[in-house]
Amino acid sequence: MLTYLIKRFFLMIPILLGITLICFIVINLAPGSPASFQEELSPKASPEAMEALKKLYGLDKPIHERYLNWLKMVVTLNLGKSFVDGRNVKEKIKERLPITVTLNLLSLLLILIIAIPIGVYSALKPGSLFDRALTVFVFTGFSVPTFWIALLAMIFFGVNLGWLPISGIQSIGAETLPLHERILDWMKHLILPVTIMSFAGLAGMSRYTRSSMLEVLRQDYIRTARAKGLPERVIITRHALRNAMLPVVTLLGLAIPGLIGGSVIFESIFSIPGMGQLFYSSAMARDYPTIMGILIIGAILTLIGNLLADIAYFIVDPRIRVKKDV
Amino acid sequence: MYKLILKRILKNMLAVAGLIFIFGIFFFAVFAPYIAPYDPYKIDVYHVLEPPSKEHIFGTDELGRDVLSRIIYGARVSLKVGFLAMGIAILTGTLFGTIAGYYGGVIDTIIMRFVDVMLAFPTLFLILAVVAVLEPNIYIIMVVIGLTGWMDVARLVRAEVLSLKEREFVLAAKAIGAGSGRIIFKHIFPNAIYPVIVAATFAVGGAILIESGLSFLGLGIQPPEPSWGGILSIGKDYITVAWWMSLFPGAAIFLTVLSFNLFGEALRDALDPKKWAED
Repeated sequence: MLTYLIKRFFLMIPILLGITLICFIVINLAPGSPASFQEELSPKASPEAMEALKKLYGLDKPIHERYLNWLKMVVTLNLGKSFVDGRNVKEKIKERLPITVTLNLLSLLLILIIAIPIGVYSALKPGSLFDRALTVFVFTGFSVPTFWIALLAMIFFGVNLGWLPISGIQSIGAETLPLHERILDWMKHLILPVTIMSFAGLAGMSRYTRSSMLEVLRQDYIRTARAKGLPERVIITRHALRNAMLPVVTLLGLAIPGLIGGSVIFESIFSIPGMGQLFYSSAMARDYPTIMGILIIGAILTLIGNLLADIAYFIVDPRIRVKKDV
Repeated sequence: MYKLILKRILKNMLAVAGLIFIFGIFFFAVFAPYIAPYDPYKIDVYHVLEPPSKEHIFGTDELGRDVLSRIIYGARVSLKVGFLAMGIAILTGTLFGTIAGYYGGVIDTIIMRFVDVMLAFPTLFLILAVVAVLEPNIYIIMVVIGLTGWMDVARLVRAEVLSLKEREFVLAAKAIGAGSGRIIFKHIFPNAIYPVIVAATFAVGGAILIESGLSFLGLGIQPPEPSWGGILSIGKDYITVAWWMSLFPGAAIFLTVLSFNLFGEALRDALDPKKWAED
């Protein structure tokens, strides 16, 4: 296990380098230099600030040297200062990251809870009315513009019925409430965003579970299990599902970038003060240091997600465990 | 063979409905000036925010423009972005996938590491970053969506090429002295094309969704050019007084993307030899 982890960790280094390289290319796509853009944005920028910026980007040096200098800063997690309010980008991201991660984990959990049973049931009766209805349902989630559904849900549940709050993650003055009421308040605010985020992500997971399950059900060991007279429930849960879940674990890691990316839309619609909303406002304000900081952090989150998925795969699949340890 | 595939698709009612809808949208997009009842740019201050009526079936927007006409013209943007972004993604993915799969070795490792790097970015973050740095316009949006969507295609094509290049007919072609180009284009591509076509169908729907999301965020197609996401973006500010500005453009996006996805799914089933046995 340890050797596998170490190997896996070292494999991440070239990918991290690639990520920083692409971020660097994206900054340098900008017409003119970031410093001149900053000047355009706020003509009152002091000469000292301009000097600091030029130094930050090392604009007087050749491009490969600039990349290396920038990389040195990124490696030490020095992401520079925001153009908008001069605050440290690292600090800005740090205070918003927990909200986004929590939201994403909650919707990932909800996706798993709903998608796996859907996938399994459709695989058990392929082509049935039930299967087809579920197919249409998950395809709806896959095809619907999430911001549209979010908007309609906000109007229906939030405004017309008045059941749920439509913005933010807590009510005004919630700090003064006792703990259990605060949690309740918090949950109420999260119902809409988390449900809609999950609806959009259902298709991938449930279709994958379905096809993986169909594949497993064709295997000889399932026939053997049936032949020796095991009850169907045991065959499905113990023999089929466990094996069918293996590829789904990998998909879990792959689903992360889509979820994190989607947080831009959800957080700006629901006014959730997370990383996605920060990214959106930074993109609108052309706040390059913050944009790049979030881009890198987002990619690193994805890598961590993939790593966790790999470790999970390693734990659940004894075949890999044996192969890799030898 | 083609007949069989066609027959299998036509048996799927949802796919047929999707296909008809796609043709319909195409028709609207191409003949927009003849079909749209009003000029989509014409401001009419006397008919602002009017609910659906006989004159304006989908109502009017905050400047008195006809929502139906704007949706019909918006189909042009969506289809253009959808198909061109798909084309870019498929071409890039096929190119990288083929090179990686056919040549293998170091080239394969470098390309697949690059794919891993690209896959690590939350797609919408990367797209928004590029669009924010450059000025958003329809061409940049198409290219960016295409260049952030080719990785799955590359993986798919690579896997196909890897398995095809060891097959007897490819070895035979090599044995009689066929060059790499001839082997790739004449022997490998025709056999690897089906999964790519399926991926392309899904990619059109995906690109339309991303474009509408960008336009909704105000970083996509810029007003006054009508786009579905753009109409929705304004509609959200008036949603409590003018639901029609949000409902109809959203439904247009949804039905179009759903049509492409249902058709893609039917195509995948129709092209899957494993399922042929079931008939």
